Amino acid sequence: MSSLIAWIIRAIPFGTIIMYGAMGETVTEKSGNLNLGVPGIMYLGGFAGFASAYFYENSVADPIPLVSILLTLFCCIVASMLGGLIFSFLTITLRANQNVTGLALTTFGMGVANFFGVFILNGKAYSAAPMANAAYIRKIPVLSELGIAGQIVFGYGFLVYAAILLAVLLHWFLNKTRVGLNLRAVGENPATADAAGINVTKYKYLATCIGAAISGIGGLYYVLDYNSGIWATTGQIEALGWLAVALVIFTTWRPLNAIWGAYLFGTLYWLYQFLPSLMGFTVASYVTDLIQMVPYLVTIVVLIVTSLRKKKENQPPEHLGLAYFREER
Amino acid sequence: MECAISLKHVTKTFGSVVANKDVSLDIYKGEILSLLGENGSGKTTLLNMIAGIYYPDSGEVWVNGKPVEIRSPKDAYNLGIGMIHQHFKLVDVFTATENIALGLDRKEAFDLKEIRKKAQAICDKYHFEMDFDQKVYAMSVSQKQTLEIIKVLYRGADILILDEPTAVLTPQETEKLFRVISNMRDDGKSVVIITHKLHEVLEISDRVSILRKGEYIGTVDTKDADESILTEMMVGKKVELNIERPEPENPVKRLDVKNLSVISAEGIEVLHDINFEAYGGEILGIAGVSGNGQKELLEAIAGLQPVAAGGSVKYYSSEDGKGDAMEVIGKNPRVIRNAGIHMSFVPEDRLGMGLVGSMGMTGNMMLKDYEKGKWFLTDRKSPRNLAEQIKEELAVVTPGINTPVSRLSGGNVQKVLVGREISAAPMVLMTAYAVRGLDINTSYTIYDLLNQQKKKGVAVIYVGEDLDVLLALSDRILVLCGGRVNGIVDARKTNKEEVGLLMTKLRKEGEKSE
Repeated sequence: MSSLIAWIIRAIPFGTIIMYGAMGETVTEKSGNLNLGVPGIMYLGGFAGFASAYFYENSVADPIPLVSILLTLFCCIVASMLGGLIFSFLTITLRANQNVTGLALTTFGMGVANFFGVFILNGKAYSAAPMANAAYIRKIPVLSELGIAGQIVFGYGFLVYAAILLAVLLHWFLNKTRVGLNLRAVGENPATADAAGINVTKYKYLATCIGAAISGIGGLYYVLDYNSGIWATTGQIEALGWLAVALVIFTTWRPLNAIWGAYLFGTLYWLYQFLPSLMGFTVASYVTDLIQMVPYLVTIVVLIVTSLRKKKENQPPEHLGLAYFREER
Repeated sequence: MECAISLKHVTKTFGSVVANKDVSLDIYKGEILSLLGENGSGKTTLLNMIAGIYYPDSGEVWVNGKPVEIRSPKDAYNLGIGMIHQHFKLVDVFTATENIALGLDRKEAFDLKEIRKKAQAICDKYHFEMDFDQKVYAMSVSQKQTLEIIKVLYRGADILILDEPTAVLTPQETEKLFRVISNMRDDGKSVVIITHKLHEVLEISDRVSILRKGEYIGTVDTKDADESILTEMMVGKKVELNIERPEPENPVKRLDVKNLSVISAEGIEVLHDINFEAYGGEILGIAGVSGNGQKELLEAIAGLQPVAAGGSVKYYSSEDGKGDAMEVIGKNPRVIRNAGIHMSFVPEDRLGMGLVGSMGMTGNMMLKDYEKGKWFLTDRKSPRNLAEQIKEELAVVTPGINTPVSRLSGGNVQKVLVGREISAAPMVLMTAYAVRGLDINTSYTIYDLLNQQKKKGVAVIYVGEDLDVLLALSDRILVLCGGRVNGIVDARKTNKEEVGLLMTKLRKEGEKSE
């Protein structure tokens, strides 16, 4: 029983990271931009958030948690949006190939974060921002102490709940608002949107940058909450970024599906550690990596099932990955 | 009558091609005007200038008695002009209501229920039928067109322009559309229909304006018009061309096409019961307004297009045309090619079929015999020699045989394409639109090439657009109309009017052409 609870408590924060990544990427992809730079953007967001927290804590004598939260969020969003802006400029204005640009952005984001990370690490194996971490992992008071249920439902930092709220908000935005309708039209059929008087370029830029900002928060959450406010040179965020891209496909581009999809991915990811102990047997360590593959396998199954059913609503936006150029005939 | 739109001396050019030359045209309020003309006569270009897609090089557009500038589709909407294009501008995964709501004015509240109610009112007024919750991908072509019309009316258009609205409709759907159009006219709206179908013009419109080769020919009241008057205005007087036409020498039967029908992916019968024979040593011209089955016919013979059961294409490959025939239908395209049936189809974008733009001449030569060579290594030498040879013989202007063909001019691209097909010494050579977009001199080079093939005893099938050329080059002309063979005429005896009429007016069953 206790290991089941531990499993859930591990799975939900894990899911939250990729949920942010996936929701951001969904917004981007709805505009027809396939941004494979999600891992890079999560690096940028995570590192900018961590760096600002680190400097704030080390330069102010008496740091205030709320200021730390606002500052880190702000820096994370700005850095991620810059990543999105690079992608937008290259693919929308210069009409560069989106796949290549996205992959380059991933490498770029990783490189930038680890390069500047060296200065913060300053020779140590890792460095920490404990105050910001404390602010981010603060559980909901009172409610989180209500036994097991309270622990499972209310025992997380505020970004977990913000993610769920954001998913609902995005669902409403995409399906019920004028701007959402226009955005979907841009991703499906930009020529039609253009003829209807929608500024395709503006929509693509904004969706890509805002999407990047949301994805970046995933990186921030990883560093300051999931990873206990510790920055070290690792490749972990990249793996999470790809998982987020897979999650977008798994959710069939629906933010509401991202909620349970992300938690499912989280559960599957931690399967290797908790299921054996639940069932009372041990597995060899080399099996671990195989088991961590399961989320990707599930994504492939979803891809196969949706393409077999050929339901148009479950397909990616029709113009995904293609540049739009009005005069092209 | 009051003018809704007047075009005054409008000229539009694309590069060196003049699409519209000094066209003046009036559209009255509360009328249905047909704009009639052959392909490439500039009908769509002219109306695109009213709809804000193109901007005229010179000349003025007046709307409701005032000169206006129409720079974008939005400007056109604001002036009450709506155009329904041949390619619908709809989002597939959206419902009808969502498509109507797309890009609506910000002043209006975003309330899909309200939009739906208003759209329903429009439907009731003009007697449309529309399920507003249906997704566009699940709609038939006719439903999509209806949705486009509703969209335009919803935005308050008083002037509707329909580009070839009946091209994709069944006769019943056409009838329904015409009823709706009449309703709109009775409501005081102006409707302009771009078309090349004479019987529809006579059936629906109040007046007909005719364009020919980008120039305005004239306008007649429909009640004073009949088919022969309109055809003559549309095709014009015969132009004498100085194209050589040798008499066919002992023609032998090469192709025998019987009961060939093709049903498109949309379920429309694009070819109906085609029967004809093609002979070696003759040029068989195929005339027809484009989109009447020419492409499908050539593709069916080349093995690229699945055909309905019962069709047969017999191919006689032996020297004297006798002996065993090969059934082409059901064969792999490469088998058909290797047997000697070659096709060079020049599509509108020229490179789409047959050539790879980013490859040089050598690479494009290899496309047809990549399977040759030793083991898994390709043979690059012979295609290179072939490319050199074609460059020499046809005077292809290119910096080098490895320059990507997309950088060559249109004429040179065509020479490469036709040259490659001819080089394989075909028994049957099919070309479509081989001179599309070419200047006179290059066109004559191509005609010469075809005539050389004819003298060698090749059965040449030439799909063309220009009637004068077809009349001067071919020995016989097969006229396609609505996917049927509407007549096969002797090119030496027929005239432009006869062919023009066959192109536009389907003969009734049983009626014979002389």
